[in-house]
Amino acid sequence: MKDEIQARILKKSKESYQEVWGKSLVIFCTLLICMLVISIFVFITSKGLATFFENHASLKNFFTQSTWNPNMSDKNGKPLVGALPMILGSFGVTLLAALIVTPFAIGTALFMTELSSKKVRNFLQMVIELLVGIPSVVYGFIGLNVVVPFIRNHFGGSGYGILAGATVLFVMTLPTVTSLTVDALKAVPKHYRQASLALGATQWQTMYHVTLRSASSGIYTAIIFGMARAFGEALAVQMVIGNASLLPTSLLTPASTLTSVLTMGIGNTVMGTVGNNALWSLALVLLLMSLFFNVCVRMIGRKDK
Amino acid sequence: MNKLFNQIAINIIRLIAFLVVILLALLIGKILGDGLPHVSFKFLLTPAKAFEAGGGISIQLFNSFYLLVLTLLISFPISLGAGIYLAKYAPKNKLTEIIRLTIEILSSLPSVVVGLFVFLVFVVEMKLGFSIIAGAVALTFFNLPLLTRNIEEAIASVPDLQLEAGLALGLSKWRTITKIILPESLPGIITGIVLSAGRVFGEAAALIYTAGQSAPAVDFSNWNIFDEASPLNVLRPAETLAVHIWKINSEGIMADANQISAGSSAVLIIVILIFNLGAHYLGNLIHAKLTSSR
Repeated sequence: MKDEIQARILKKSKESYQEVWGKSLVIFCTLLICMLVISIFVFITSKGLATFFENHASLKNFFTQSTWNPNMSDKNGKPLVGALPMILGSFGVTLLAALIVTPFAIGTALFMTELSSKKVRNFLQMVIELLVGIPSVVYGFIGLNVVVPFIRNHFGGSGYGILAGATVLFVMTLPTVTSLTVDALKAVPKHYRQASLALGATQWQTMYHVTLRSASSGIYTAIIFGMARAFGEALAVQMVIGNASLLPTSLLTPASTLTSVLTMGIGNTVMGTVGNNALWSLALVLLLMSLFFNVCVRMIGRKDK
Repeated sequence: MNKLFNQIAINIIRLIAFLVVILLALLIGKILGDGLPHVSFKFLLTPAKAFEAGGGISIQLFNSFYLLVLTLLISFPISLGAGIYLAKYAPKNKLTEIIRLTIEILSSLPSVVVGLFVFLVFVVEMKLGFSIIAGAVALTFFNLPLLTRNIEEAIASVPDLQLEAGLALGLSKWRTITKIILPESLPGIITGIVLSAGRVFGEAAALIYTAGQSAPAVDFSNWNIFDEASPLNVLRPAETLAVHIWKINSEGIMADANQISAGSSAVLIIVILIFNLGAHYLGNLIHAKLTSSR
């Protein structure tokens, strides 16, 4: 009798079984996502390194040579995988886009947080949300029909090239960078501004010396996020860059980026060949760069604390 | 002097904000102005033609929506689980921080890289070929981090008092979460889903090598999932609307490629606008229903 009661009291209730079951379920879901990320890294790294270990391409040539023709070999019998044109192209469009987007994003964000009325601010918020929603192929299509002919008619050349790519990326990253900058500016306490204005500083002096300074790490984060997005963007850039794996000599000559070569190439190569492995190496570079941008954001965030 | 400088600077800032608005107006005007004249019921309801003019986008449009539904079916349960864990179960320690970092990294991976990974594993290694299901998996990868974050935020915004009250009544934490906190955070979760639907709908880079670039004819009266010609078959290649725009711009040979892309862009933008506006409206509506506040 006594044992029966003891057993009943010590037995786990239905509730606690449910608790264990539910908790394991949600832990499983979370771990599943982590496993996915890890497997992406493992697969792409192993595929990307095969160019260097299996096909014996030289790592130095990969970053310094400009001849991209993986199916041919140079005089040492090593495949010709010089990824410099794509790497330069990717960095070119990303940095140029970041350069154009920064003043626009900061200007718009300052206007929204410091100068406009609530109504105008909500309107601009809506404008930015609309821009975020436009898919990248549509940006590419507009770039092809508006930006490329414009550059061809006003700057010369074929119109395709780094300038066209950077212009499209500028419009694409503008909403992201602006809304993150707005968040950073909003986080600056109001009394900073009040103190500055009370000392007799003009509105602009307050913005420049106080608001922007105290929000600087948030603004850097915003710009890096924009650059990460620009670096990884594929189709919109591929449509306007001209897709020539030549070393870019000016902003107006056709060029290529890591992503554009990947989108064009994967379908035309056979799994396991040098040509295919070389493309996976480009994907690996992309992956590492996106990791690098992430680390930058983390470091800035840590410094802030 | 300072005053003059101030005036100039402020006017420049105003000008920049004005330019951004003009930019959007021109963009939307260009997309809709060029595209809408080509959008008709015939355009929406006829299949695409490979070589001659006059094709529509019916199959692509269906594929886009079907892919979206499949993606949400796969990604929602996983995100919901991860969102619940991160919001209510995760202890504050190094491990949790690493998990959060991993999810953040997933969200910042370029979509081509995600697409290539799915291509490698599902299309090539698992021999699925270009198929809707491979496309749905690629979009799931793309969607998981964003949806997880939205769901976590929606759950975390419910006051802790609710959880404490549930526990005090002798309910298990799991039961409190599923029966009390989830219904409470439903408006936020639904807004998150619809917003992510907008992003998924326009994605193309991850789909080129997973769902494929061809849209074989389907028979809309055939509802047998296993039949090759059925629209519901998950193993058939399925070019979506966004991929279609890319495809005809890079290698289209039909005479009216430009009009078709303009029309498709307009349709794409309108659907995404409906999603984005719908997200806010639906969220508010459900919140009003659940809390019976008018």
